[in-house]
Amino acid sequence: MEYQTVRTTCTYCGTGCGVLLEVLDGEVIGTLPQKDHPINEGKLCIKGWNAHEFIYADGRLTKPLIRKGDKLEEASWDEALQYVAKRFLELKEKYGPDSLGCFSSAKCTNEENYLLQKIFRAVIGTNNVDHCARL
Amino acid sequence: MAGLAAAFGSGAMTNSVPEFEDADCILITGSNTTSSHPLIASRIMTAKAKGAKIIVIDPRRTHMAALADIHVKQNLGSDVAWINGLMHIILKEGWHNQSFIDERTEGFEELKKVIENYTPEKVEEITGIPKETLREIAEIYAKSEKSSIVYCMGITQHITGTDNVKSLANLAMLTGQIGRPSTGVNPLRGQNNVQGSTDMAAIPNKYPGYQDVTSDEVREKFEKAWGGPLSPNVGLTVVEMINAIEEGKLKGLYILGENPMISDPDSTHVEKALDDIEFLVVQDIFLTETARKADVVLPGSSFAEKDGTYTGTDRRLQKIRKAIEPLGDAKEDWEILCLVGKAMGSKGFDFASPSEVFDELAELTPIYHGIDYDRIEHEIIHWPCRDKDDPGSPYLHKDGFARGKGLFTAIEYKPPAELPDDEYPHQLTTGRLPFHYHTGTMTRVSPSLTHEVNEAFIELHPEDAKSLGVRNGEKVRVSSRRGSIEVKVMLTPGIKKGVAFIPFHFVEAAANRLTNAAALDPIAKIPEYKVCAIKIEKLDGREA
Ligand code: SF4
Ligand code: SF4
Repeated sequence: MEYQTVRTTCTYCGTGCGVLLEVLDGEVIGTLPQKDHPINEGKLCIKGWNAHEFIYADGRLTKPLIRKGDKLEEASWDEALQYVAKRFLELKEKYGPDSLGCFSSAKCTNEENYLLQKIFRAVIGTNNVDHCARL
Repeated sequence: MAGLAAAFGSGAMTNSVPEFEDADCILITGSNTTSSHPLIASRIMTAKAKGAKIIVIDPRRTHMAALADIHVKQNLGSDVAWINGLMHIILKEGWHNQSFIDERTEGFEELKKVIENYTPEKVEEITGIPKETLREIAEIYAKSEKSSIVYCMGITQHITGTDNVKSLANLAMLTGQIGRPSTGVNPLRGQNNVQGSTDMAAIPNKYPGYQDVTSDEVREKFEKAWGGPLSPNVGLTVVEMINAIEEGKLKGLYILGENPMISDPDSTHVEKALDDIEFLVVQDIFLTETARKADVVLPGSSFAEKDGTYTGTDRRLQKIRKAIEPLGDAKEDWEILCLVGKAMGSKGFDFASPSEVFDELAELTPIYHGIDYDRIEHEIIHWPCRDKDDPGSPYLHKDGFARGKGLFTAIEYKPPAELPDDEYPHQLTTGRLPFHYHTGTMTRVSPSLTHEVNEAFIELHPEDAKSLGVRNGEKVRVSSRRGSIEVKVMLTPGIKKGVAFIPFHFVEAAANRLTNAAALDPIAKIPEYKVCAIKIEKLDGREA
């Protein structure tokens, strides 16, 4: 049996408490507070204590899906990525860059937000970039 | 955010979380802190234990309100009026900080003229706050050595959201309660990385680090860094994009980790737009209501399956670390985005790790310039941090405001866009529960959390329930001009009479089917979903 704890940050609110994910044989089994974290100092709220529970929830997506008629069918990464790129570039060609846009996410990391806006600003050529958290 | 940026030159929380502990007065409004930010609430409790006065201005008797020294329930949407009222009293009594006003601010004369009219009597009439209490609040806030203001979406989600925030900024500048430790104006961000995603320009008018897309100089810098021409035009917001789909102008949309079908103010409208759009890509970890509408769904990873950084509500950079591999064939989200960029033929996505992505973004973002993965491994850094020797900035605006002088804005009170009438006689406000997170895609699959509360409800004042003839636990139909839902009644004397509250986490009775998207704050473009008019009916067919 291999047990380790991984120092990370709770994802449930902007307070950003420090947590330890308990990992047993490659599976996350619990969340503990970081005692030495300046924000939470060894405490967590009920959401934080359960931060790991949704990781293995039913319905986690594990394969790319492509719409065929009414249904979403499993596809390979290669197929899905090529299709996304082709359709966006076609639409850009036909209707111009401002016919495309993205909703980025206040739940995702800085790096992910940076990359998505870079795709839309630098590759597509539009500033139609926003996130849902002003809501 | 727009409001604070206009006043100070930065829209972020002015002070850091641990500083709350040493405040002498904390004024909390539009934030159900104990529910939404429990560990910030616990700092505020510590402050109280150390003698701080806690003032809560909120139409609901929240936990924090119950523990406060003073709690008043203002009429919904009357925030500008009570803030102007406080400033009126402070000026009359000479509790303002004239030297701070003279040295650090501009626009004071205009402000003075407007607040002149907000006499305690007039303010009591608009807001329902007794004038004696208003005076007491004004005195405690102005005369305490260190006073801090805390607010959340209760303040920003109004047609006057930007005005409300500017008014709070006025109050802090008038009394010099800003630019020092444990003072300031502090918006608490709801989701974990609201601050970071805005810093990273997930907004239509800025490049990362709040650099204007309309500035030629800034654009040239990014054109050089990213190797190609960029658009000089401000883009569309979420709500404007939804409208553009219906007008046939927006053809393709990429949604990363969001579920606007539930979180958007007017979800019937959003559903139609997502049905109509030509091409929709959703990158998420669950097959959400939004993902079901997609043409392509890309399986991403949870926070346990990837490395990266979040920026906490107080501008604090923190790491998340990979604990396990992504499930099945899913991939880390940063990697998916790099693959999409490459598939489109771009050379700008050759990153071997999130740390390399961070280095590029820090290079281009002056407020992040001094930060890297090695430093945040063992240091707590709050931006701005401009070079490697800069320790960062727990509080802002110390010797000058980010925009130079702090700007007062004279603001008149405007009533909410949709007032109750004969047909829709109640007012509805929406919000969060302590056990759930935004639209519930993550928390509602978590057994420990759904055990606590797993059904939507409407909070009503017992007297309202009595006149409607409904009992605790009974199901009712709640309708607005936009739609209707069925929910159970939960009686609570903690809410203002005439006002009802529905949490917005539940798909089957999404409160946002009722709320008012047509009324947008003209500047921040935040839909008004804190207040709308509703009617409540019994379900058994009898007259309610
Ligand atoms: S533990 Fe609670 S307060 Fe801390 S970040 Fe998580 S959700 Fe927020
Ligand atoms: S929306 Fe939630 S977090 Fe915001 S004020 Fe209401 S209860 Fe607080």
